[in-house]
Amino acid sequence: MTTTTAAEAGMLGCHACGLLSRPSAAGHTLECARCGASLHVRKPYSISRTWAFLMAAAILYIPANVLPVMETGSLFGAQKDTILSGVVYLWTSGSWPLAAIIFVASIMVPGGKLLALTVLLVSVQRRSSWNPLERTKLYRMVELVGRWSMVDIYVVAILTALVQFKALATIKAGPGAIAFGAVVVLTMFAAESFDPRLIWDPLEEPQRHG
Amino acid sequence: MSNSPRFNIMSSLIACRECDLLQREIVLPPGGTACCSRCGAVLHRSKPDSLDRTLAFTVGAAVLFILANVFPVVGLEAQGNRTSTTLFGTVRTLHDQGMTSVAVLVFVTTILMPMLDIGAMLYMLLPIRLGVVPKGLPAVFRLVQTVRPWGMVEVFMLGTLVSLAKLSHIAAVRPGIALWSFGMLMFLVAAAAVSFEAHDFWAQVAAAGRRGRRFHAKTAGMETAR
Ligand SMILES: [Zn+2]
Repeated sequence: MTTTTAAEAGMLGCHACGLLSRPSAAGHTLECARCGASLHVRKPYSISRTWAFLMAAAILYIPANVLPVMETGSLFGAQKDTILSGVVYLWTSGSWPLAAIIFVASIMVPGGKLLALTVLLVSVQRRSSWNPLERTKLYRMVELVGRWSMVDIYVVAILTALVQFKALATIKAGPGAIAFGAVVVLTMFAAESFDPRLIWDPLEEPQRHG
Repeated sequence: MSNSPRFNIMSSLIACRECDLLQREIVLPPGGTACCSRCGAVLHRSKPDSLDRTLAFTVGAAVLFILANVFPVVGLEAQGNRTSTTLFGTVRTLHDQGMTSVAVLVFVTTILMPMLDIGAMLYMLLPIRLGVVPKGLPAVFRLVQTVRPWGMVEVFMLGTLVSLAKLSHIAAVRPGIALWSFGMLMFLVAAAAVSFEAHDFWAQVAAAGRRGRRFHAKTAGMETAR
Protein backbone atom coordinates (compact mmCIF):
# COMPACT_ATOMS: atom_id res chain seq x y z
CA MET A 1 0.00 0.00 0.00
CA THR A 2 1.22 3.46 -0.79
CA THR A 3 -0.99 5.30 1.62
CA THR A 4 -0.09 8.43 3.53
CA THR A 5 -1.83 9.66 6.60
CA ALA A 6 -2.06 13.27 7.64
CA ALA A 7 0.09 12.45 10.67
CA GLU A 8 2.85 11.06 8.47
CA ALA A 9 2.68 14.08 6.21
CA GLY A 10 3.07 16.30 9.27
CA MET A 11 -0.43 17.70 9.02
CA LEU A 12 -3.23 17.93 11.52
CA GLY A 13 -6.90 17.59 10.72
CA CYS A 14 -9.24 19.65 12.89
CA HIS A 15 -11.61 17.38 14.80
CA ALA A 16 -14.34 20.03 14.80
CA CYS A 17 -14.36 21.54 11.30
CA GLY A 18 -12.10 19.19 9.32
CA LEU A 19 -9.60 21.80 8.11
CA LEU A 20 -6.08 20.50 7.56
CA SER A 21 -3.23 22.53 8.98
CA ARG A 22 0.51 22.15 8.84
CA PRO A 23 1.93 23.14 12.21
CA SER A 24 4.83 25.52 11.69
CA ALA A 25 6.40 25.32 15.13
CA ALA A 26 6.10 22.38 17.45
CA GLY A 27 5.95 22.63 21.22
CA HIS A 28 3.07 25.01 21.85
CA THR A 29 -0.68 24.51 21.76
CA LEU A 30 -2.01 24.62 18.26
CA GLU A 31 -5.35 26.02 17.27
CA CYS A 32 -7.31 25.51 14.10
CA ALA A 33 -7.06 28.66 11.97
CA ARG A 34 -10.70 28.37 10.97
CA CYS A 35 -12.68 27.31 14.02
CA GLY A 36 -10.20 27.73 16.86
CA ALA A 37 -10.41 24.15 18.13
CA SER A 38 -7.20 22.84 19.64
CA LEU A 39 -5.37 20.56 17.26
CA HIS A 40 -3.94 17.16 18.13
CA VAL A 41 -2.35 14.47 15.99
CA ARG A 42 -4.53 12.00 17.93
CA LYS A 43 -7.03 12.61 20.69
CA PRO A 44 -4.94 13.36 23.80
CA TYR A 45 -4.49 10.43 26.20
CA SER A 46 -7.12 8.58 24.20
CA ILE A 47 -6.35 5.10 25.50
CA SER A 48 -6.02 5.92 29.20
CA ARG A 49 -9.06 8.20 29.18
CA THR A 50 -11.16 5.57 27.42
CA TRP A 51 -9.99 2.91 29.90
CA ALA A 52 -10.86 5.17 32.83
CA PHE A 53 -14.40 5.84 31.61
CA LEU A 54 -14.82 2.20 30.66
CA MET A 55 -13.71 0.91 34.07
CA ALA A 56 -16.01 3.33 35.88
CA ALA A 57 -18.89 2.26 33.64
CA ALA A 58 -18.14 -1.43 34.19
CA ILE A 59 -18.18 -0.98 37.96
CA LEU A 60 -21.47 0.93 37.90
CA TYR A 61 -22.94 -1.65 35.53
CA ILE A 62 -23.37 -3.94 38.55
CA PRO A 63 -25.54 -1.65 40.76
CA ALA A 64 -27.34 -0.54 37.60
CA ASN A 65 -28.54 -4.10 37.12
CA VAL A 66 -28.91 -5.19 40.74
CA LEU A 67 -30.64 -2.16 42.29
CA PRO A 68 -34.26 -1.34 41.49
CA VAL A 69 -34.78 1.32 38.86
CA MET A 70 -38.45 1.76 39.68
CA GLU A 71 -40.50 1.42 42.84
CA THR A 72 -44.25 1.02 42.44
CA GLY A 73 -46.50 1.59 45.42
CA SER A 74 -50.16 0.59 45.14
CA LEU A 75 -53.08 -0.69 47.18
CA PHE A 76 -51.70 -4.18 46.74
CA GLY A 77 -48.33 -3.37 48.23
CA ALA A 78 -44.98 -2.14 47.05
CA GLN A 79 -43.02 -3.59 44.19
CA LYS A 80 -39.42 -2.97 43.25
CA ASP A 81 -38.26 -3.56 39.70
CA THR A 82 -34.76 -3.93 38.42
CA ILE A 83 -34.13 -3.55 34.70
CA LEU A 84 -34.17 -7.31 34.20
CA SER A 85 -37.25 -7.96 36.32
CA GLY A 86 -39.01 -5.20 34.39
CA VAL A 87 -38.18 -6.98 31.14
CA VAL A 88 -39.32 -10.32 32.54
CA TYR A 89 -42.58 -8.77 33.73
CA LEU A 90 -43.24 -7.25 30.30
CA TRP A 91 -42.46 -10.59 28.66
CA THR A 92 -44.73 -12.68 30.88
CA SER A 93 -47.57 -10.16 30.65
CA GLY A 94 -47.53 -10.58 26.89
CA SER A 95 -46.01 -7.24 25.80
CA TRP A 96 -43.12 -8.95 24.12
CA PRO A 97 -42.28 -6.11 21.69
CA LEU A 98 -41.78 -3.78 24.67
CA ALA A 99 -39.80 -6.44 26.46
CA ALA A 100 -37.58 -6.77 23.40
CA ILE A 101 -37.02 -3.00 23.10
CA ILE A 102 -36.05 -2.63 26.75
CA PHE A 103 -33.93 -5.77 26.71
CA VAL A 104 -31.94 -4.60 23.69
CA ALA A 105 -31.62 -0.96 24.77
CA SER A 106 -30.94 -1.48 28.47
CA ILE A 107 -29.13 -4.79 28.70
CA MET A 108 -27.61 -5.74 25.35
CA VAL A 109 -26.46 -2.28 24.25
CA PRO A 110 -24.60 -1.25 27.43
CA GLY A 111 -23.08 -4.71 27.84
CA GLY A 112 -22.14 -4.84 24.17
CA LYS A 113 -20.60 -1.38 24.38
CA LEU A 114 -18.41 -2.35 27.34
CA LEU A 115 -17.29 -5.46 25.47
CA ALA A 116 -16.71 -3.73 22.13
CA LEU A 117 -14.69 -0.88 23.63
CA THR A 118 -12.58 -3.37 25.59
CA VAL A 119 -11.84 -5.31 22.39
CA LEU A 120 -10.95 -2.07 20.58
CA LEU A 121 -8.69 -0.84 23.38
CA VAL A 122 -6.85 -4.13 23.77
CA SER A 123 -6.34 -4.50 20.01
CA VAL A 124 -5.03 -0.94 19.75
CA GLN A 125 -2.68 -1.38 22.70
CA ARG A 126 -1.25 -4.54 21.18
CA ARG A 127 -0.83 -2.60 17.92
CA SER A 128 -2.81 -5.27 16.15
CA SER A 129 -3.20 -4.92 12.41
CA TRP A 130 -6.06 -7.40 12.35
CA ASN A 131 -8.98 -6.33 10.20
CA PRO A 132 -8.93 -2.57 10.84
CA LEU A 133 -12.01 -2.02 8.67
CA GLU A 134 -14.18 -4.32 10.77
CA ARG A 135 -12.89 -2.73 13.96
CA THR A 136 -13.68 0.74 12.59
CA LYS A 137 -17.19 -0.46 11.80
CA LEU A 138 -17.49 -1.81 15.33
CA TYR A 139 -16.52 1.59 16.65
CA ARG A 140 -19.07 3.34 14.44
CA MET A 141 -21.71 0.97 15.73
CA VAL A 142 -20.77 1.74 19.36
CA GLU A 143 -21.10 5.46 18.65
CA LEU A 144 -24.40 5.07 16.82
CA VAL A 145 -26.18 2.74 19.17
CA GLY A 146 -25.01 3.94 22.59
CA ARG A 147 -27.51 6.77 23.03
CA TRP A 148 -30.50 4.42 22.73
CA SER A 149 -29.75 3.02 26.19
CA MET A 150 -31.31 6.18 27.57
CA VAL A 151 -34.76 4.82 26.72
CA ASP A 152 -35.23 3.21 30.11
CA ILE A 153 -34.31 6.42 31.92
CA TYR A 154 -36.97 8.29 29.95
CA VAL A 155 -39.55 5.57 30.61
CA VAL A 156 -38.88 5.82 34.35
CA ALA A 157 -39.02 9.64 34.16
CA ILE A 158 -42.37 9.67 32.38
CA LEU A 159 -43.96 6.95 34.51
CA THR A 160 -42.76 8.69 37.65
CA ALA A 161 -44.28 11.99 36.56
CA LEU A 162 -47.57 10.47 35.40
CA VAL A 163 -48.41 7.77 37.87
CA GLN A 164 -49.04 9.94 40.90
CA PHE A 165 -52.46 8.81 42.06
CA LYS A 166 -52.08 9.17 45.79
CA ALA A 167 -54.68 6.57 46.71
CA LEU A 168 -54.24 4.11 43.85
CA ALA A 169 -50.67 3.94 42.78
CA THR A 170 -47.46 5.93 42.77
CA ILE A 171 -44.22 5.27 40.99
CA LYS A 172 -40.81 6.37 42.20
CA ALA A 173 -37.46 6.17 40.48
CA GLY A 174 -35.11 3.77 42.29
CA PRO A 175 -31.38 4.09 43.00
CA GLY A 176 -30.64 1.73 40.09
CA ALA A 177 -31.71 4.54 37.74
CA ILE A 178 -28.85 6.73 38.99
CA ALA A 179 -26.30 3.99 38.40
CA PHE A 180 -27.81 3.13 35.03
CA GLY A 181 -27.82 6.76 33.89
CA ALA A 182 -24.18 7.01 34.94
CA VAL A 183 -23.32 3.89 32.90
CA VAL A 184 -24.90 5.41 29.78
CA VAL A 185 -23.09 8.72 30.24
CA LEU A 186 -19.74 7.09 31.07
CA THR A 187 -19.86 4.73 28.07
CA MET A 188 -20.68 7.70 25.84
CA PHE A 189 -17.66 9.55 27.21
CA ALA A 190 -15.58 6.42 26.70
CA ALA A 191 -16.65 6.12 23.07
CA GLU A 192 -15.95 9.81 22.55
CA SER A 193 -12.45 9.60 24.03
CA PHE A 194 -11.49 6.68 21.83
CA ASP A 195 -9.67 7.70 18.67
CA PRO A 196 -10.51 5.35 15.75
CA ARG A 197 -7.38 6.51 13.91
CA LEU A 198 -5.36 4.52 16.44
CA ILE A 199 -6.81 1.38 14.85
CA TRP A 200 -5.09 2.28 11.57
CA ASP A 201 -1.79 3.53 12.95
CA PRO A 202 -0.07 0.12 13.23
CA LEU A 203 -0.53 -0.29 9.47
CA GLU A 204 1.79 2.64 8.83
CA GLU A 205 4.64 1.27 10.98
CA PRO A 206 6.21 -1.15 8.44
CA GLN A 207 6.31 1.56 5.77
CA ARG A 208 7.98 4.05 8.03
CA HIS A 209 10.73 1.67 8.99
CA GLY A 210 11.02 0.01 5.56
CA MET B 1 -8.76 32.79 8.31
CA SER B 2 -6.07 33.44 5.77
CA ASN B 3 -6.05 33.85 2.04
CA SER B 4 -2.46 32.72 1.72
CA PRO B 5 -1.71 30.25 -1.07
CA ARG B 6 -0.62 27.75 1.61
CA PHE B 7 -4.21 27.69 2.90
CA ASN B 8 -5.62 27.07 -0.56
CA ILE B 9 -3.29 24.21 -1.39
CA MET B 10 -4.09 22.41 1.82
CA SER B 11 -7.82 22.87 1.53
CA SER B 12 -7.70 20.65 -1.57
CA LEU B 13 -6.52 17.80 0.65
CA ILE B 14 -8.71 16.04 3.20
CA ALA B 15 -7.69 13.84 6.09
CA CYS B 16 -10.22 11.12 6.94
CA ARG B 17 -11.49 11.71 10.46
CA GLU B 18 -11.69 8.03 11.21
CA CYS B 19 -8.44 6.65 9.77
CA ASP B 20 -6.39 9.82 9.06
CA LEU B 21 -5.77 8.85 5.41
CA LEU B 22 -4.80 11.86 3.33
CA GLN B 23 -6.86 12.20 0.18
CA ARG B 24 -7.36 14.72 -2.57
CA GLU B 25 -10.68 16.46 -2.53
CA ILE B 26 -12.74 15.76 -5.62
CA VAL B 27 -15.46 17.81 -7.28
CA LEU B 28 -18.74 16.01 -6.75
CA PRO B 29 -21.88 15.98 -8.86
CA PRO B 30 -24.90 17.45 -7.02
CA GLY B 31 -26.07 14.99 -4.38
CA GLY B 32 -22.80 13.04 -4.57
CA THR B 33 -20.85 11.70 -1.61
CA ALA B 34 -17.11 11.27 -1.30
CA CYS B 35 -16.09 8.37 0.93
CA CYS B 36 -12.71 7.45 2.35
CA SER B 37 -11.00 4.97 0.04
CA ARG B 38 -9.63 3.03 3.00
CA CYS B 39 -12.30 2.93 5.71
CA GLY B 40 -15.42 4.12 3.90
CA ALA B 41 -16.14 7.07 6.21
CA VAL B 42 -17.98 9.96 4.55
CA LEU B 43 -15.47 12.69 3.68
CA HIS B 44 -17.82 15.29 2.28
CA ARG B 45 -21.07 15.56 0.40
CA SER B 46 -22.38 17.83 -2.25
CA LYS B 47 -25.81 19.04 -1.32
CA PRO B 48 -27.56 21.70 -3.33
CA ASP B 49 -28.72 24.57 -1.09
CA SER B 50 -27.48 22.78 2.00
CA LEU B 51 -27.41 25.91 4.15
CA ASP B 52 -30.88 27.10 3.12
CA ARG B 53 -32.31 23.68 3.82
CA THR B 54 -30.57 23.44 7.18
CA LEU B 55 -31.86 26.88 8.08
CA ALA B 56 -35.43 25.99 7.10
CA PHE B 57 -35.35 22.75 9.11
CA THR B 58 -33.82 24.55 12.09
CA VAL B 59 -36.48 27.28 12.10
CA GLY B 60 -39.15 24.56 12.03
CA ALA B 61 -37.36 22.71 14.82
CA ALA B 62 -37.27 25.88 16.95
CA VAL B 63 -41.05 26.31 16.69
CA LEU B 64 -41.71 22.65 17.48
CA PHE B 65 -39.24 22.73 20.34
CA ILE B 66 -41.24 25.51 21.98
CA LEU B 67 -44.52 23.63 21.48
CA ALA B 68 -42.94 20.45 22.82
CA ASN B 69 -41.96 22.24 26.00
CA VAL B 70 -45.08 24.31 26.62
CA PHE B 71 -47.75 21.64 26.21
CA PRO B 72 -48.24 18.38 28.13
CA VAL B 73 -46.58 15.30 26.64
CA VAL B 74 -49.15 12.79 27.90
CA GLY B 75 -52.18 12.72 30.12
CA LEU B 76 -53.45 9.79 32.12
CA GLU B 77 -56.91 9.02 33.44
CA ALA B 78 -57.58 6.28 35.99
CA GLN B 79 -60.81 5.92 37.94
CA GLY B 80 -61.72 9.57 37.69
CA ASN B 81 -58.21 10.76 38.54
CA ARG B 82 -56.32 12.74 35.96
CA THR B 83 -52.67 13.53 35.67
CA SER B 84 -50.58 14.94 32.89
CA THR B 85 -47.00 15.98 32.54
CA THR B 86 -44.93 18.35 30.50
CA LEU B 87 -41.35 17.59 29.67
CA PHE B 88 -40.12 19.82 32.46
CA GLY B 89 -42.69 18.21 34.76
CA THR B 90 -40.82 14.91 34.50
CA VAL B 91 -37.62 16.70 35.50
CA ARG B 92 -39.30 18.37 38.47
CA THR B 93 -40.91 15.16 39.76
CA LEU B 94 -37.59 13.32 39.65
CA HIS B 95 -35.93 16.18 41.49
CA ASP B 96 -38.69 16.27 44.13
CA GLN B 97 -38.16 12.57 44.76
CA GLY B 98 -34.50 13.15 45.48
CA MET B 99 -33.36 11.77 42.12
CA THR B 100 -31.62 14.98 41.19
CA SER B 101 -28.88 13.35 39.12
CA VAL B 102 -31.45 11.55 36.96
CA ALA B 103 -33.45 14.78 36.72
CA VAL B 104 -30.35 16.62 35.52
CA LEU B 105 -29.65 13.89 32.97
CA VAL B 106 -33.18 14.13 31.55
CA PHE B 107 -33.05 17.93 31.56
CA VAL B 108 -29.69 18.09 29.82
CA THR B 109 -30.42 15.52 27.12
CA THR B 110 -33.99 16.53 26.24
CA ILE B 111 -34.14 20.27 26.95
CA LEU B 112 -30.77 21.96 27.38
CA MET B 113 -28.74 20.31 24.60
CA PRO B 114 -31.46 20.46 21.90
CA MET B 115 -32.06 24.09 22.86
CA LEU B 116 -28.36 24.98 22.58
CA ASP B 117 -28.12 23.08 19.30
CA ILE B 118 -31.11 24.84 17.71
CA GLY B 119 -30.17 28.24 19.16
CA ALA B 120 -26.55 28.02 18.05
CA MET B 121 -27.50 26.88 14.55
CA LEU B 122 -29.88 29.83 14.15
CA TYR B 123 -27.24 32.19 15.54
CA MET B 124 -24.78 31.00 12.89
CA LEU B 125 -27.00 30.43 9.88
CA LEU B 126 -29.30 33.46 9.90
CA PRO B 127 -26.50 36.07 9.70
CA ILE B 128 -24.50 33.97 7.22
CA ARG B 129 -27.62 33.80 5.05
CA LEU B 130 -27.61 37.61 5.08
CA GLY B 131 -23.90 37.70 4.30
CA VAL B 132 -22.69 38.71 7.75
CA VAL B 133 -20.29 36.71 9.92
CA PRO B 134 -21.76 36.60 13.44
CA LYS B 135 -19.58 37.41 16.45
CA GLY B 136 -17.79 34.47 18.02
CA LEU B 137 -18.67 32.14 15.14
CA PRO B 138 -15.79 29.66 15.70
CA ALA B 139 -16.74 29.17 19.35
CA VAL B 140 -20.41 28.69 18.48
CA PHE B 141 -19.50 26.19 15.77
CA ARG B 142 -17.47 24.18 18.27
CA LEU B 143 -20.33 24.40 20.75
CA VAL B 144 -22.65 22.72 18.24
CA GLN B 145 -20.13 19.92 17.69
CA THR B 146 -19.88 19.29 21.43
CA VAL B 147 -23.57 19.57 22.18
CA ARG B 148 -25.01 17.52 19.36
CA PRO B 149 -24.27 13.96 20.55
CA TRP B 150 -26.03 14.74 23.83
CA GLY B 151 -29.35 15.87 22.40
CA MET B 152 -31.56 12.78 22.48
CA VAL B 153 -34.93 13.89 21.19
CA GLU B 154 -35.48 10.68 19.20
CA VAL B 155 -34.59 8.45 22.16
CA PHE B 156 -36.97 10.40 24.38
CA MET B 157 -39.67 9.86 21.76
CA LEU B 158 -39.15 6.10 21.93
CA GLY B 159 -39.20 6.28 25.72
CA THR B 160 -42.54 8.11 25.60
CA LEU B 161 -44.04 5.52 23.26
CA VAL B 162 -42.85 2.68 25.48
CA SER B 163 -44.35 4.39 28.55
CA LEU B 164 -47.64 4.92 26.72
CA ALA B 165 -47.78 1.26 25.75
CA LYS B 166 -46.98 0.23 29.32
CA LEU B 167 -49.65 2.49 30.80
CA SER B 168 -52.35 1.64 28.29
CA HIS B 169 -52.98 -1.57 30.24
CA ILE B 170 -53.86 0.21 33.44
CA ALA B 171 -55.33 3.57 32.44
CA ALA B 172 -56.63 5.70 29.58
CA VAL B 173 -53.69 7.54 28.05
CA ARG B 174 -54.10 10.80 26.19
CA PRO B 175 -51.25 11.83 23.94
CA GLY B 176 -50.68 15.57 24.34
CA ILE B 177 -49.75 18.26 21.82
CA ALA B 178 -46.14 18.05 22.92
CA LEU B 179 -46.02 14.39 21.92
CA TRP B 180 -46.93 15.19 18.31
CA SER B 181 -44.54 18.12 18.39
CA PHE B 182 -41.81 15.84 19.65
CA GLY B 183 -42.51 13.34 16.90
CA MET B 184 -42.06 16.01 14.25
CA LEU B 185 -39.18 17.69 16.08
CA MET B 186 -37.33 14.38 15.95
CA PHE B 187 -37.49 14.37 12.14
CA LEU B 188 -36.62 18.05 11.75
CA VAL B 189 -33.60 17.80 14.06
CA ALA B 190 -32.38 14.80 12.06
CA ALA B 191 -33.08 16.55 8.74
CA ALA B 192 -31.21 19.68 9.87
CA ALA B 193 -28.22 17.59 10.95
CA VAL B 194 -28.17 15.60 7.71
CA SER B 195 -28.54 18.61 5.42
CA PHE B 196 -25.80 20.61 7.15
CA GLU B 197 -22.57 20.44 5.18
CA ALA B 198 -19.58 21.91 7.00
CA HIS B 199 -17.73 22.30 3.71
CA ASP B 200 -20.37 24.62 2.18
CA PHE B 201 -20.80 26.36 5.50
CA TRP B 202 -17.15 27.42 5.74
CA ALA B 203 -17.13 28.42 2.08
CA GLN B 204 -20.05 30.77 2.78
CA VAL B 205 -18.36 32.08 5.93
CA ALA B 206 -15.24 32.86 3.93
CA ALA B 207 -17.30 34.61 1.24
CA ALA B 208 -19.19 36.65 3.84
CA GLY B 209 -15.90 37.49 5.57
CA ARG B 210 -14.40 38.78 2.31
CA ARG B 211 -17.45 40.92 1.60
CA GLY B 212 -17.33 42.28 5.13
CA ARG B 213 -13.65 43.13 4.84
CA ARG B 214 -14.20 44.92 1.54
CA PHE B 215 -17.01 46.90 3.17
CA HIS B 216 -14.84 47.88 6.11
CA ALA B 217 -12.00 48.82 3.78
CA LYS B 218 -14.35 51.09 1.85
CA THR B 219 -15.67 52.88 4.93
CA ALA B 220 -12.19 53.18 6.34
CA GLY B 221 -11.04 54.65 3.04
CA MET B 222 -13.86 57.19 3.13
CA GLU B 223 -12.90 58.27 6.60
CA THR B 224 -9.29 58.88 5.70
CA ALA B 225 -10.36 60.78 2.57
CA ARG B 226 -12.44 63.05 4.72
ZN1 LIG C 1 -10.85 6.67 6.41
